[in-house]
Amino acid sequence: MILRDSENSGTFKDVWVLAEFAGGKVHKVTYELLGAAKKLSDKLLRKKSRVVCLVLGEGAGTKAEKFFHYCADVVITVDDSSLKTFNDTVYASVISRLVKKYKPEILISGATSRGRSIMPRVAVLVETGLTADCTGLNIEEGTGLLLQTRPAYGGNIIATIKCEHHRPQMSTVRQGVFKAPVPDNSGTGEVIEEIVLEAEKKTRISVIEESFGEDKGINLSDADIIVTGGRGVKGPKGFDMIAELAQALKGAVGASRAAVDSGWISYTHQVGQTGRTVQPKIYIACGVSGQIQHLTGMQSSGFIIAINKDAEAPIMKLADVAVVGDLFEVIPEIIKLLKSG
Amino acid sequence: MKIVVCVKQVPGTTNVSIDPETKRLIREGVEIVMNPFDAYALEEGVLLCEKHGGEVIALSMGPKHAELTLREALAYGADRVILLNDRALGGSDTFATSYTLSQAIRKIGDVDLVICGKQAIDGDTAQVGPGIAAHLGWPQAAYVSGLIKSDDSGLTVERMHEAGNDTCVIKLPAVLTVLKDINTPRMPALKRRLSSGKAEIPVWSASFIKADTAKTGLNGSPTRVVTTRKPAARDKHTIVLNGNAAGSASKLVKILRSRIKL
Repeated sequence: MILRDSENSGTFKDVWVLAEFAGGKVHKVTYELLGAAKKLSDKLLRKKSRVVCLVLGEGAGTKAEKFFHYCADVVITVDDSSLKTFNDTVYASVISRLVKKYKPEILISGATSRGRSIMPRVAVLVETGLTADCTGLNIEEGTGLLLQTRPAYGGNIIATIKCEHHRPQMSTVRQGVFKAPVPDNSGTGEVIEEIVLEAEKKTRISVIEESFGEDKGINLSDADIIVTGGRGVKGPKGFDMIAELAQALKGAVGASRAAVDSGWISYTHQVGQTGRTVQPKIYIACGVSGQIQHLTGMQSSGFIIAINKDAEAPIMKLADVAVVGDLFEVIPEIIKLLKSG
Repeated sequence: MKIVVCVKQVPGTTNVSIDPETKRLIREGVEIVMNPFDAYALEEGVLLCEKHGGEVIALSMGPKHAELTLREALAYGADRVILLNDRALGGSDTFATSYTLSQAIRKIGDVDLVICGKQAIDGDTAQVGPGIAAHLGWPQAAYVSGLIKSDDSGLTVERMHEAGNDTCVIKLPAVLTVLKDINTPRMPALKRRLSSGKAEIPVWSASFIKADTAKTGLNGSPTRVVTTRKPAARDKHTIVLNGNAAGSASKLVKILRSRIKL
């Protein structure tokens, strides 16, 4: 929606967070964003800006309460069987209608694959801008505009983006950027119940099957620790050892492109330019040489450990700790030590 | 099937630098390639046309030298290509880009399917595919990792998300964005490579596709980049452990325990 000169931008005021669910459970990025929304809302020039959580899904009506414990002042629920599976078309139609009706100043969602499917659709339907995969949000002093910071070129450039004349200002935000607030179990607020219109239910896409849970434990984007195997792991058997180490650390298993292309492990695990970008607290690269395409996907990790025979491999230069040695000797020793407590 | 595949020219490396004065990317001396994900989008288009007949049209919006990327698309199997090039299109954000591409798709006419790569490796937004779908009012499936079936009822595709995957049936016309899991692009035959070098590249303007210039280019872009910078350099101090396996492992576990609860 374009702000006209005649229109006081004060018409738009609240900060909205789109809640996400995975397999019926609230995705933790939702809580992180509610915390962020609270901070943004406090900084907005116009007072009375509220934190609104938008909850769509079958059974959404029963899930409102919890969000009040995480800074939400208002929860809008849309509880309908047409929202049982992830149908981008229905979700986007409903959200854009509600955005036009209530006029939020800011609308954010997690930069998950689902958030990144729905939000661009919503942005077009309400005619506003959207900034992808943000790693920082703030309110500009003086203007009250949302400053959206995001990495581009695989993290080699950090850009700050504004959306001056369109509302709402929309972003998808990377998981783990903001801290989830400590829940306040006494928190309460207003629940607004909305519905899905019949016309919105008519779509040309239907989800016929859904499956959750990956083949090898915790998923990459949720993990605080990722143990990645590369060409040096030598085969599927080597990945059993990588998985054992990941399990001992309660972490997830990653893989380089070379390992995935060799068929040793599925693409879901691939980290890098043509796989996933990850940002865990600790990243352990085992037998990964560290081609630029791989580094692109993991160089923002908090602490990087590399285990490699080749002391000169690029990954060893990037690492905080470089272990020069045979991973087939070092990793079993690490596992032994971790297991012995 | 009439299939449009959107392709983008990107720098061959993401290791780019910024001109300290203009704050713009230094493009000189940077090799330009076709966005890696777009090769998978093209291959999927070619595979579908091999099965059902039809044509694959590679579409790109960009400067004149995006021609090179379109020649590459011809080599990979596109039947024809179109370059959208107009001063009115420069500086587009994802809203303006998806609007412009959707106008070109309308102009092409009777398109059954649009396929895009998951994202371009320069902007990394992944927003243009869904944006095109929204502008056209078509359904979309993003992050598609597999095409299971294609018949009169539409396409059955598998989508990947962080916690698993799902399968959906999508009726045409529709937009897909694909992951590299979906296929293995073929190597272009020498003959195609040679002929693509000589091919005439049609260039379409904003007025030719009836684009409303209030929605294109920098002026039509709701978002604006206000600053760019290089990320803070990592602390370069690397602890090297190069003793025997047991010794290194014990030192490493100590470091791990000092950083996290295990």
